[in-house]
Amino acid sequence: MIRLEPRPTASTAMIYIAPAAAILLSMAAGMGLFWALGEDPVRGIGMVFIEPLTDWFYISEISVKGTPLLLIAIGLSFGFRAGIWNIGAEGQFTVGALAGGATALALYDMEGLWVLPLMALASIAAGMAWAAIPAFLRTRLNTNEILVTLMLTYVATHILSILVHGPLKDPTGFNFPESRLFHDAATVPVLFEGARAHVGLLAAFLVVAVAWLTLRYHVFGFQMKVTGQAPRAARFAGFVQPRAVWACLLISGGLAGFAGMLEAAGPVGQLVPAIPVGYGFTAIIVAFLGRLQPLGILFASFVMALTYIGGEAAQIDMNLPNAITGVFQGMFLFLLLGIDVLTRYRVRRIPRRPAPSAALRGA
Amino acid sequence: MTPPRFEAANLTKRFPGVLANDAVSLHVEAGEIHALLGENGAGKSTMVKMIYGLMRPDGGEMRLDGQPYSPAKPAEARAMGVGMVFQHFSLFDALTVAENIALGISGMRPTRALSQKIIDVSNSYGLALDPDRHVQSLSAGERQRVEIVRCLLQNPRMLIMDEPTSVLTPQEAETLFETLRRLAADGCSILYISHKLDEIRALCSRATVLRHGRLVGAADPRQTSARELAEMMIGGAWNAAGAKAMTPGRARLEVQNLSLASEDPFGVALKEIGFTVHAGEILGIAGIAGNGQTELLDALSGERRTAPGCIRLNGAAIGDLGPTRRRRLGLCAVPEERLGHGAAPELSLGHNVLLSARTRQGLERRGFLSLTRARAFADDVAKRFDVRSSGVHAEARTLSGGNLQKFIVGREIAQNPDVLCVLQPTWGVDAAAAAAIHTAILTLAADGAAVLVISQDLGELLAISSRFSVIADGRVSEPRAVGDVTVEEIGLLMGGQAGPSEAIAV
Repeated sequence: MIRLEPRPTASTAMIYIAPAAAILLSMAAGMGLFWALGEDPVRGIGMVFIEPLTDWFYISEISVKGTPLLLIAIGLSFGFRAGIWNIGAEGQFTVGALAGGATALALYDMEGLWVLPLMALASIAAGMAWAAIPAFLRTRLNTNEILVTLMLTYVATHILSILVHGPLKDPTGFNFPESRLFHDAATVPVLFEGARAHVGLLAAFLVVAVAWLTLRYHVFGFQMKVTGQAPRAARFAGFVQPRAVWACLLISGGLAGFAGMLEAAGPVGQLVPAIPVGYGFTAIIVAFLGRLQPLGILFASFVMALTYIGGEAAQIDMNLPNAITGVFQGMFLFLLLGIDVLTRYRVRRIPRRPAPSAALRGA
Repeated sequence: MTPPRFEAANLTKRFPGVLANDAVSLHVEAGEIHALLGENGAGKSTMVKMIYGLMRPDGGEMRLDGQPYSPAKPAEARAMGVGMVFQHFSLFDALTVAENIALGISGMRPTRALSQKIIDVSNSYGLALDPDRHVQSLSAGERQRVEIVRCLLQNPRMLIMDEPTSVLTPQEAETLFETLRRLAADGCSILYISHKLDEIRALCSRATVLRHGRLVGAADPRQTSARELAEMMIGGAWNAAGAKAMTPGRARLEVQNLSLASEDPFGVALKEIGFTVHAGEILGIAGIAGNGQTELLDALSGERRTAPGCIRLNGAAIGDLGPTRRRRLGLCAVPEERLGHGAAPELSLGHNVLLSARTRQGLERRGFLSLTRARAFADDVAKRFDVRSSGVHAEARTLSGGNLQKFIVGREIAQNPDVLCVLQPTWGVDAAAAAAIHTAILTLAADGAAVLVISQDLGELLAISSRFSVIADGRVSEPRAVGDVTVEEIGLLMGGQAGPSEAIAV
């Protein structure tokens, strides 16, 4: 028989070692996977994890994938810390992209530095509004926010699809379900000529810095920490739970909406039905891999973006299916959670003991 | 010569960084009521957990009636004739007495025969109990009887009682002692764990004293004074706090017509509570656990709101204000649960002061926290109230119960509140820490604050309060001067008003 026993003291160092160990173990397991597929394991792992780092083009692409992950994961981390589970960042991302994109299309061909900030505000407001629905339902009717946020994701996807098939369709687009390409003033500027890395990355770094300061020095960050680990102590401290639910959902919704706008007006450049590609879900893994700490999330979003780019490279060079990226991302989370369990519990083998004799039982 | 009923030799248990039990030896004779004494953290619980099979010792051996005894789990301990009644009961409120008892014994079903057995055992030991009643409707004393009967049905050779009187009225405690004496006379050994020295002196024929995980010695409690026993426990002389003569000043806390439903489905609603606490005065509220104490403290601290006029602080209506604004106006509170309510377990002491001292101590400015000032304040509290920890960076959960309680009470007192409301200030705290907390509360009152102490410990209330009332079934009795009431009267108030608890014909 095998039993898990709580360890009397959990090691603090393991909190930081565990994510690194999860990544290393995923790489080892990935090598096994490449070997089983008949590929050279060393070359395979090198292609996914090392090669993208040796080329500026790839590094720029990593930042393109990492920016939305970083923004969304930072937003989610506040709520996750306090036990408020926004699983539907993907939906908030989608409505953000839609609101930002619709603003761009409404202002088509208008010049001015105010166009992009207006699109950003529209996307943040839309993301917040989408997240306000679960917030309202949870605080008023005690509805489970996990289900509501998740289901609203599909609603958002369909709304996007309806609009790009209808009102937002490009009039000169041969009836393809796509909007016009945004004009220059409504496109997020790139950081370097010829690369897709855009100024959204700088905005994301700013958000990391603000989140770090908030968590460490602001009463809101303190409230999230206390609410998560001791709800009664939070109430004793005078923190109001419904207000925390609203704040967490609005923050994560707003940041996810903003990330959606950056995606639509950045690398994509128009509204298409395929704007939501799963960043909102992957960001959940990023948040946990980064230990819900802003700096950890910065690192984790980079690693996760690396698997997207490395996975693409493996698809092209080794003819592997797209699933390779998902396999690595899944292994990260699985192994991280597994290591976490073993950090807090130890496995003990319990030998089957003979039952006490009947004579003693009657004594 | 017959071997003793139970014998432990050089029992050792090590936790990371702590030797919880260091080669402790103990023997209990058949039919003996044996006390296990010690401060909190002395290693009593560890020792008992090893005897009951909840933990395995790292060294040493145990014998039961001369036979080697090493239970791997409580079911084995019970099968070999060792039963235990815990301080916190493990009963299901929604099930009947018989169903609860059947659940706790492997292979037992709640049949007629079992009910008859329960009645038989209850009768022979004076434990009035109706097998068909739901546990929800039982008083704490009756619940304890369920636990005891459950043990007795398994024919124990030794019964372990962990702080059994902490939830009982004096009358109920007296009934329990009678039962225990009868059990002992029938040859069952009893290992009795308690802090209350008077009880041990009345009940036990021998006492084993532990301190810091080591055996300090054994004594005959009937021949030893309470003072000597206390000194064995804490390893030095100590001074109990004494009530001082106080001249009450203006009314600081006024509660009027306070009624509040409980959030807990099995909780107690507050019913038309009214009292006043004056400057310089300590009002004690006694009562058995679960009669509305938690609800009353939540209403006073601001965790639950009421109509504005129900609670007045220095004349101002504060019933509809939350905890933060009440603190700013001068009302601080200490809840019962240390970990998870009064303190967040995984935050450092330096962060834990931020829970309640943000506004009064200026640890927060426009939403931004001053961690330096918070650490300084925590350090100040720790020094002033002799909190032993590895420093202000220590997480709250790493402190012993007594030290954490000193820290939490100290954190509120150091804010110089006009009104302090405390629930169970010395629950599960060792004698030295309790004395320190009492002194701090008395000093605060002497400096002009109004203090409300809600406690189950009558001795504590009689020692420190100037006036005194009783909470029973959500109602608070008219406060009376402490000198005017006898312990018997208080006991009657505590039990007598405790709701319709119909007598059972046995």
